[in-house]
Parts: sequence; C-alpha cells; structure tokens
Amino acid sequence: MDKPANNENNFWQNLANSPSTNDFLKGLWKDNPVFVQVLGMCPVLAVTNTAANALAMGLATAFVLLMSNVLVAALKDFIPKQVRIASYILIIATFVTITDYAIQAISVSLHKSLGAFISLIVVNCLILSRAEAFASKNTVGRSILDALGMGLGFVVALLCLGGVRELLGSGSLFGWMLFPENFQSWIVMILPAGGFFTLALWLFLINIWQERKQKTINHG
Amino acid sequence: MNKAITDQPAGQQTSSVKLLSAMVGLGMLCALLIAVTYEGTRPRIAFLRAEALEQAIFQVIPGAEKTTAFSYEEEVGFRPKADEETAALYAGYNEAGELVGLALEAAGQGYAGVIKILYGYDPQQEVVIGFQVLETKETPGLGDKIEKDPNFLANFEALDVQMAARGDSLANEVITVKNGEKQSPWQIDGITGATISSRAIGDMLGESTSKWVPIIQQHLNQLSKDVLPQAEGS
Repeated sequence: MDKPANNENNFWQNLANSPSTNDFLKGLWKDNPVFVQVLGMCPVLAVTNTAANALAMGLATAFVLLMSNVLVAALKDFIPKQVRIASYILIIATFVTITDYAIQAISVSLHKSLGAFISLIVVNCLILSRAEAFASKNTVGRSILDALGMGLGFVVALLCLGGVRELLGSGSLFGWMLFPENFQSWIVMILPAGGFFTLALWLFLINIWQERKQKTINHG
Repeated sequence: MNKAITDQPAGQQTSSVKLLSAMVGLGMLCALLIAVTYEGTRPRIAFLRAEALEQAIFQVIPGAEKTTAFSYEEEVGFRPKADEETAALYAGYNEAGELVGLALEAAGQGYAGVIKILYGYDPQQEVVIGFQVLETKETPGLGDKIEKDPNFLANFEALDVQMAARGDSLANEVITVKNGEKQSPWQIDGITGATISSRAIGDMLGESTSKWVPIIQQHLNQLSKDVLPQAEGS
C-alpha cells in the first residue's frame, strides 16, 4: 500500500519540478481553490445542485479567471499600485458581463437556471485573489497556466459536489436517470443544506488523504 | 529610517494624472470589450428570447395551436402587430381558428430587480389561467419560489378578474394576501419566505389586469377571429 503511493508521489514530484507544470498543477490539487483554499464558496454551495449547472458555472468562472489573469498580467506595469484593486474589479466585471451575454446566447434556460450567480462571479474571491497574488507579479504565460490550473481545479471541485448532489438528490447524472424508478431521492441534497453536507464530506475525505500522505512522508 | 525613505517615493511618485489616465484608459478598454460582445451576441439572444416567449405563450394558453401578436392604439383598438411595433398582447387560437386565450406581459419591481412575467387570460371565463416568469433576479431558494411553489402556482388556475357590472373596470383588483389567508377567488395566497416576490406578482397582475381587461372586453371582437393567413407570411 505504501509503495505505490510513494511511486506516485515521485512521479508527481518529478513533473512538478518544472516551474510551469507547477503553475498549472498546483491549482488542480495542492492549492485547489475549493478544497484547499476554500475560496469562492457562494457558487460552490449554491449552483451545484445538478452536475450540468456545476459544469456551466465552473466553466464560466474559469473563463473569467483566465481572461482577467491575462489582462491583469499584461497591464501590470500600466496599472498604478494605488488603484490596482479597483482596476482588477473593473477587468473582472467586464469579463463577467461578457460571459453573461455569451451564456444568454448559448441557452436561455441555462441562463435562467444559473440566474443571479453569473453576475456574482464578480465577487468570487478566487478570481481577485489570483489577480492580486499571482497575475500582478508574473508574466502573461505563467498567469495563463495558473488560471488554467485554478480554473480546472474549480471545475473539478464543482463537478465533485454537483455530481454527488444530483446523484443522491434526483437519482440522475447530467439529467440521465441512473437509478431505478423506485429510487427514493434525498431531496435534502439538492436543497442548500445538501451543499454544506457534500462540501464537508469532500473536505473530510481530502483531509484524511492528506494526513495519511503526510504520515508516510514523515515516516519514510 | 531607510525603509521609510524607500517606501515614501513609491507612494508619491504616481501623480493623480497617471492614476486618472490609467483608470479612464482601462475603463474605455473594458467598455469597448463589452460593446463588441453585446453587438456580437444581440441577434442570437433576440432570436432565443423570441423562441422562449413563443414557448411561454403556448404554456400560459392551454389549447392554443397558433399565436398572433397584437398592438394597441386608443383610437383603433387592437390590430396585428407590424414589425417595428411593440406587442400589447398575444392571442392564442386553436386548430379551428377560435380564440382560446390571450397572453399579456406584466412587469414589476421584485426583491432584487424587475420581474417580468407572461400571464394567460381567458376572456370567456374572465379569469387568469397561469403565468410564466420571463425574467427574474430573485434570490435562488427564496424568491424563485414564485416559479416553483405548487401552492402558489395553484392560485393561477382560475384567478378571478371579472368585470364590474358597470363595465368599465374590474369588479375586484387582484391582490396578494398573507399565506393561508386567501378567501376570495381574486386573491393570491402569498409565499412565506418570498413575501416581497409573491406580492410583486400580485401587484403587477393587479395593475396589468385592471388596465387591460376592460380594454380587451371592449374590443374583444377584434381579437376573436384568427387573422393569421396574412400575418403568417410577414
């Protein structure tokens, strides 16, 4: 049991040695925005009642994150320190508006089911934190990798929640019924409370995993 | 000491002209991006909206097979809408071309922004027969119960909007009452936890029906026949 874990560790470490892979990968696992940094909880809890909503929300956030990271990194010498936060918010709000139009152009019903949460991407602290902590200090290339990693990590995390909640709450996944007709769905899972339960469950599992990994590293 | 010296210039070097030009420049760039996206997506969004509106019309007028948009002018009354006019209402006709119901738009201030709905009106029974929310920013889980709460939606199976005996206004205006206090067929049973949103629905329905129902009843003959043959081609 210990050996494969170590091998896997080495594999990841070798990969992670190159800085650009690290820029990308840290968002996926080590600094996962939801499970490790616990950032942007509002959409995480609110729109993950179905896997499709979770995916759409995750992709929308990842897109805004990517575009704002690019623009912040490209303009970092042009934006004076004193007004940087205001500028970041302006940039983020612009891309959220663009995303809003884009989603409306894709599907009216998707736009309706995501509702107010699209405009709330503006205040998702994940995006502002990446702009301030990473993009404003690094090159455009590294910022793109960072945004892709963080964005993908966010999508995966939302899917983890949305998948579990839809499966238990409605007995389906992406709208496909997976359980027999007589399956008694757990309504609580698609209600807001279910979001908290599922998030807590995932954090619990991931923390156990991290702790065991830590132990094997310490002992080895 | 050293630190204070190095910190200070960084704060003061940036003149307000530079701050201003940076913000204005950024603002203009962002405005340009938004304008381009808006122009680029507008036709597609308009098309999808029209499609969604048509679906909503068929949902609020059960039994409708065809629909025609009408515009309204005080002197002429109702006539099929020309392209550039705004529609006052949509009439639904069955297979035989008989009027089965009318769909009207109503809007009002909700808890978080304007709520826009489309409601169905049956001119024979003089009742509101259902509604669809077209636009809402209401709080998910609370205010959006106006679309989902089965008890609330049951109010709109036959909401009374009868004309008064004198014939120029409604007998009773539609109004939202507290949950569980509905006594008359023109009252809407509100939703606990979505008081403002459910009251907004009642207010906009009350306002819209007391304006339009008398006009519709007065000009009903202009709507009662299907005029589709020439309207369909346009």
